[in-house]
Amino acid sequence: MSGPSTYVPKSAIGRWFESRLPIMGLIHSSFVVYPTPRNLNYFWTFGGILSLMLGLQIITGIVLVMHYTPHVDYAFASVEHIMRDVNWGWLIRYAHANGASMFFIAVYIHMLRGLYYGSYKAPREVLWILGVIIFLLMMATAFMGYVLPWGQMSFWGATVITNLFSAIPLVGDAITIWLWGGYSVDNPTLNRFFSLHYLLPFMIAGVVILHVWALHVTGQNNPTGVEVKDVKRDTLPFTPYATVKDGFAMVVFLAFFSWFIFYVPNYLGHADNYIPANPLVTPPHIVPEWYFLPFYAILRAIPDKLGGVIAMFGAIAVLAFLPWLDTSRVRSAAFRPVYRVFFWVFVICCIGLGYLGAMPAEGGYVIASQILTFYYFAFFLLVMPLLGLFETPKPLPASIADSVLMRGGGGSAMATGAASAPETK
Amino acid sequence: MRAKDERSAAAAAGRLGQDLGVIVAEATTVEPTRRDFLYITTAAMGAVGAGAVAWPLISQMSPDASTLALASTEVDLSALAEGSSMTVKWRGKPVFVRHRTKKEIEEAAATPIAQLPDPQADAQRVKKPEFLVVIGVCTHLGCVPLGQQGDYHGWFCPCHGSHYDTSGRIRKGPAPKNLEVPSYSFIADTKIKIG
Repeated sequence: MSGPSTYVPKSAIGRWFESRLPIMGLIHSSFVVYPTPRNLNYFWTFGGILSLMLGLQIITGIVLVMHYTPHVDYAFASVEHIMRDVNWGWLIRYAHANGASMFFIAVYIHMLRGLYYGSYKAPREVLWILGVIIFLLMMATAFMGYVLPWGQMSFWGATVITNLFSAIPLVGDAITIWLWGGYSVDNPTLNRFFSLHYLLPFMIAGVVILHVWALHVTGQNNPTGVEVKDVKRDTLPFTPYATVKDGFAMVVFLAFFSWFIFYVPNYLGHADNYIPANPLVTPPHIVPEWYFLPFYAILRAIPDKLGGVIAMFGAIAVLAFLPWLDTSRVRSAAFRPVYRVFFWVFVICCIGLGYLGAMPAEGGYVIASQILTFYYFAFFLLVMPLLGLFETPKPLPASIADSVLMRGGGGSAMATGAASAPETK
Repeated sequence: MRAKDERSAAAAAGRLGQDLGVIVAEATTVEPTRRDFLYITTAAMGAVGAGAVAWPLISQMSPDASTLALASTEVDLSALAEGSSMTVKWRGKPVFVRHRTKKEIEEAAATPIAQLPDPQADAQRVKKPEFLVVIGVCTHLGCVPLGQQGDYHGWFCPCHGSHYDTSGRIRKGPAPKNLEVPSYSFIADTKIKIG
């Protein structure tokens, strides 16, 4: 879809520079004339929102590091110092801490969008797998960032998660001691987590570039799942159409984000993390941050230590195999009546697992977690492969343009003309 | 044209080599064999070099000399009354020292070993039956269990619900192993050295 650049520099300096480094042409073909399907809905704005959140997290993070001290004796106090003494420190820290939650809200919507509209299917497998890699890097970054304030939840969260590696047969304990740099989570652990927490966002940015590159090779999926057939009829240029729409979505998202920062900045956190870390006392009820709760529920649903760890990592790894697990020839759930039901049950299942991950691991909660864990895996490993063989999809529109024009009820000739080429109006 | 001739000649020689065996094969592949040797030795040296560079970068993450230097602690047990416990920090982890009551010792000794998920006799876990010394870290995911709680009057881990008995052995819950007994020795009647 992304053809050769049509960019023509207007000034003499522009021409001189373009013939030496064609970066303006790259930007022009990627973000100005790049054709986007004309039927994209607001779920397609979350890629832009996620890029914005990554940028905000990097900026607020770099600023916080100017005031933070990565040492077990000073870390907690330095975070309080940021909150009380540093000019606007409270704002920057709340923006960073809540920014992580907003990042995950956006990424979960982005992923469910892909799952609903079949965006992982050929020819977008590599694009999807790059996304799974970004998700993994995000989880590692968020986990290590949560350790840095060195509160009780930081310390015990770090202890529980690093202990997951001790479940590996034979070498597990040696790996755990190597990860800690000692015999428990301590100062060496805090220092290396700080180093990696600073590094990983830049690795995410690198993979995001590959993700966008892969996107611009295959072109975007769209709500019908029908590929672009005629660039002129089916698409609109990225600028101004997608830029303005993405920009509007970003503003709405930032308003939502601001509500958390200014009105309920600690709602998504845990009160125990305002108690300094104590290696001798475990809080009675350890919970991870909300965005890890479904995976934590899967971990606890399996009564065996190694089995639980495998199930938890498997729940993420299975996503990478979706392009080959889904056997349906139709992409979009809009034309898959049965898949659509299973999809929404899956969404409810994930929310249910999130609720159970926050509850104590006893009695009925464990049984419910086991049922939902079964459905989580069954959705990918049973429903997706079998449904493609048995489901009868609804008829697909002939093209993206047709789907847009038919939904308008046929309309008058003038309306049709306006809709098919709004940029010329 | 000339290159094409050479290729077809080489192909013919290869076919001949298959027919005539080793002698011809040697004659026609002298040059590639030597090149292959250089490739393999260069790659091998490169791999050794990469490994030599990677090793310090990996090894630096292991416990350093100052961490290892803290590896032993002495504990005086003379003030520890029967039925009470103390927690000492060793290698950054809590170690429970419990002066067990007669009842606790009997309970631990009377437990049939066959019932245990991680079978171990109480006698194997203590140096003197009245003092139990265990690392206070749950073998499931590393939380600190609470003392004198749970179904077996030993320890109970609040994180994921593992129950340990009065010998620190796992009895119920997701933990796979008994509470670890650190290496320690009595350096006096009521004084131990852990580590």
